[in-house]
Amino acid sequence: MALSSSSLTTSLPTVGQPAIEFNNVRLGFDEGEILRGVTFSAQERETVILLGETGTGKTLLLKLASGLLRPDSGTIRVLGKDVSGIPESELLGIRREIGFVFQEGALFDSLTVGENVAYRLHEDGVDPEEIEPRVSEVLRFVELAHTFDLFPSDLSGGMRRRVSIARALITRPPIVLYDSPTAGLDPITSQTIISLILRLRDVYGVTALLATHRLQDGFALANFHFDPQSKKVRRDSSPESSNAAPTRFLVLRAGKIYFEGTPDELMKSRDPYLQRFLI
Amino acid sequence: MEVLQDLAKTNILKVQNYSKLSYHSLTNLATGPRYGQDTLDQMDVIGVGSLPIVLLSGFFIGAVMVLQTGTQFERFGQASLTGDIVSLALVRELGPSITGLLVAGRCSSGIASELGSMVVTEQVDAMRAMGTDPSRKLVTPRVLATLITLPLLTTISVFVGLLGGMVASVLSLRINATTFWERAIKILEFSDIMQGFSKTVVFAFLIATVGCYQGLNVRGGTQGVGRATTQAVVVASVLIIVSDTFLTKIALYLADKFF
Repeated sequence: MALSSSSLTTSLPTVGQPAIEFNNVRLGFDEGEILRGVTFSAQERETVILLGETGTGKTLLLKLASGLLRPDSGTIRVLGKDVSGIPESELLGIRREIGFVFQEGALFDSLTVGENVAYRLHEDGVDPEEIEPRVSEVLRFVELAHTFDLFPSDLSGGMRRRVSIARALITRPPIVLYDSPTAGLDPITSQTIISLILRLRDVYGVTALLATHRLQDGFALANFHFDPQSKKVRRDSSPESSNAAPTRFLVLRAGKIYFEGTPDELMKSRDPYLQRFLI
Repeated sequence: MEVLQDLAKTNILKVQNYSKLSYHSLTNLATGPRYGQDTLDQMDVIGVGSLPIVLLSGFFIGAVMVLQTGTQFERFGQASLTGDIVSLALVRELGPSITGLLVAGRCSSGIASELGSMVVTEQVDAMRAMGTDPSRKLVTPRVLATLITLPLLTTISVFVGLLGGMVASVLSLRINATTFWERAIKILEFSDIMQGFSKTVVFAFLIATVGCYQGLNVRGGTQGVGRATTQAVVVASVLIIVSDTFLTKIALYLADKFF
């Protein structure tokens, strides 16, 4: 069960099939309708960056994709299964295929880091002897092996996010949802988190939805890749030369998809609203 | 008119959600996964944790009961009846309701604030996102732990209350300790014990489910947690007192009919 990069690159899924599909999804609360007919899909191994101002519904899209919220109308399919209309008991099984990295980490504060990361394994009834090496391996991956016995309150904000990534990664889900993983962090810690997401994408081949309001995070994911051989993050000289999975931007505005396209298309856009993100 | 309709709808929805949570807290026991360790942990928090206040208050309630009733009985030269009345009052009424109210104050609020904090820090969402049903992991162990520990706490409270009564009657009324105990035990019938026991089971269920419901439905951040904590104690205490009236009526009717 070692998480070495060489053993995992061979099992990468192929690009092509949609892993996540939103079809005309609407969702509202007492204060009004937040999502007004959102339609998009994310192919396997693809990283979709959800960009938008605060309150445009980025987090809601992630919670809808994992079945934590139900849409008022429209359908959501994850790995071919409709998560918008099935009972909670069936959703629990689907959620095991999805890793969710919450904005503030959402670590269980009464459990140690090791217990937090091992949570899902305990739930799945994995042999206790197998759990510790797996947890240590994943914590090494996020470079936090020394925090095994610490409590979340002993960690910095950036470390908590990395533990949250480790927790999401422990069962190697094919889909990972990131909710503003760099929000409120300093530039150096943000870079560490983005490098980790790059490694996760390029080593494990996960499909990812990443909600953020920081354009630089999206471009970092689009323009860099993790090289498993040299174990370093490298800049892509051109999109064609890269082995990295494709990255696409979705810009949300007023509850709808305002822009959908590649990083290059976003850069070249002359739209005044999009230009505000690029400044 | 529209405001009243909205208010009615909101409250009916709350009752519906509370009923669903209560129903699932019990039906979860029929199927796995079950969280035995969590239940034991909660029994420690709720049961062992509540023991000091239950012991202390039980002892003094028994003593004060003797002081209050004893002086009245003395006027008629029937001071020895004190043991009877204190025993009946503690077993049927004061034991279950005072213990219920004390545990509601301590544990309903504790459960609501713990679960409420988990909700506002997205720990409950994280749990759901990892494929765990919070009603199984968080609600059922707390309900089960309270159902097991409250009857035990009440039994201890009644016993300690009788001890307090005995001490007070020996020191204040000069009643022989053996006489007090003999009368206190002899007066009790099976129906009295059943009445007390059935109340503790209902109170335990109310304490745990109200705490869980308030905690899991927190809105509005840390301020919301504070509100939920207060609400949990208020609602649980009121429900205990109200249900006590109906349970007493039902128990008296059944005792008259079958025992």
